[in-house]
Amino acid sequence: MTTVTMNGALSFDGIGMTFPDGTEALRNISFSIDKGEFITVVGPSGCGKSTLLRIASGLLDPTAGSVEVDRDRLGYVFQDATLLPWRTVRQNVELLAELHGFESDERRRLSTAAIDLVGLQGFENHYPKSLSGGMRMRTSLARTLTLKPPVFLFDEPFGAVDEITREHLNEETQRLFQSEGFAGLFITHSIGEAVFMSTKVLVMSARPGRIIAGFDVPFSYPRDPQLRFDPEFALLSGEVSLALRGTS
Amino acid sequence: MTTIPDVARPASADVDGQTGSPAADVSLEADALVHAPGLPPGDSRSKSLVRAAFPPLVLGSALIGLWYLISYVVLDPGRRFLLQPPHRVLEVGFLEWANFSRILEALWNSTQVALIGLGIAISIGLFLATMMSQAKMVERAVFPFAVTLQAIPILAIVPMIGFWFGYGTTARVIVCIIISLFPIIMNTLFGLQSAERGMHDLFTLHRASRLTRLRKLMFPAALPAVFAGLRISAGLSVIGAIVGDFFFGQGEAGIGQLLRRYASQLDGEALLTSVIMSSALGVVVFWTFGWIQKLVIGKWHETEVLG
Repeated sequence: MTTVTMNGALSFDGIGMTFPDGTEALRNISFSIDKGEFITVVGPSGCGKSTLLRIASGLLDPTAGSVEVDRDRLGYVFQDATLLPWRTVRQNVELLAELHGFESDERRRLSTAAIDLVGLQGFENHYPKSLSGGMRMRTSLARTLTLKPPVFLFDEPFGAVDEITREHLNEETQRLFQSEGFAGLFITHSIGEAVFMSTKVLVMSARPGRIIAGFDVPFSYPRDPQLRFDPEFALLSGEVSLALRGTS
Repeated sequence: MTTIPDVARPASADVDGQTGSPAADVSLEADALVHAPGLPPGDSRSKSLVRAAFPPLVLGSALIGLWYLISYVVLDPGRRFLLQPPHRVLEVGFLEWANFSRILEALWNSTQVALIGLGIAISIGLFLATMMSQAKMVERAVFPFAVTLQAIPILAIVPMIGFWFGYGTTARVIVCIIISLFPIIMNTLFGLQSAERGMHDLFTLHRASRLTRLRKLMFPAALPAVFAGLRISAGLSVIGAIVGDFFFGQGEAGIGQLLRRYASQLDGEALLTSVIMSSALGVVVFWTFGWIQKLVIGKWHETEVLG
């Protein structure tokens, strides 16, 4: 597997993944994400979507194909907020900068900026146990933002929060995508979420996961929450849904 | 056997003349119970305190009542030395300084033994558990022995400890170590392995070193379990100190030696006082570790600490 530094982009070339127990999770996945692109992969549960992200991040080596990405400052937002319960919001947000050896002044500056970006001002000294699910996810986002990652991987991060919070977080994510200019790869099984945030939606089949359809999303940024009630939005969501139905 | 009490306990005859005082005690307690709920309403803190204190006070009073019942009704005066009434224990055991100071001194000796043993067990336990968490091989090697250590009935190896280490403080400390080591190893190991996979992934992604992972992820994650283990082990260590005392009499006598002596002398008041003080030591140790736990991890960890 090669990891060549490219201009803030991520590309998969013929990725296949067969686990030691014989389960074939992914088959021949090839696509790439350029700077300024936000690609969402939707697929049925258990189709290997998360496996794809683990491969992209290097947590898992594929059994076939190769990934090209700069892993030095890769952003990865997990399904759970994965906050350290013994650290306050600020200490959690500073963790990655700490692991990367930043000085404390710099950490402070980065965490303050990131906390502002996700709207957690005033909660810096709270411990995770006193935060709502949405706020924990924001803290997790802020933690990733401190590194200013050129590539941002999202592994179904908003699956556990309620619908209204999820919509808010979707709006903020697309705003961050605009302001921070990262390349995004987002995994979800929510079609509305996929269409609302992305420049492109890819549909993955049931196991073994393959990309079976792709849809360009034509709406311009910043996207207004009202977009969700637009007939065009509904039409595109319907098409994605139809493609997804064909998978199972 | 039956003739000894009269010789050994001439004081037991005094008791009959004092039936008045228990009644006074009881009414005093009843008074407190009536007044307690009448605290100013709205002061919810003291109200909940009363609510928390009320049931154990009632049960405690009932138990003291039962104690009196056994001392004065079940036991005839000739056999009352078997269970002296509470006020006698208070007068002879606690209020006669010669008796009480002796008990306190012995208790202090046992406390020292228990704390030294616990301290060594904590050091060994934390070290072993950390090693086990770092290498599966070490875990596989140590685990069966740790379980065996726990399975050995302590009384079975106590004579051997005396045989090897003499019958003094060293042997007593070793009993404490053996008896309190297992919960520390197991709880610490469990705690070190309790950090979620997602958190480990995060540290892996950002290329944290083994030491960084241990320091910033595994140790803090282990703290709640470590404290749970400490509280168990602290209690066991107190037991170990007293058990050790029973077998090893050389050097500074601990409370276990006193318990033995008072029992053989049929000194009921001092015996009960020693038992109460030993229990108090156990409770204090348990609370102390609960308090330390609250201090260290209470801010972020939601645990109910008794007391």
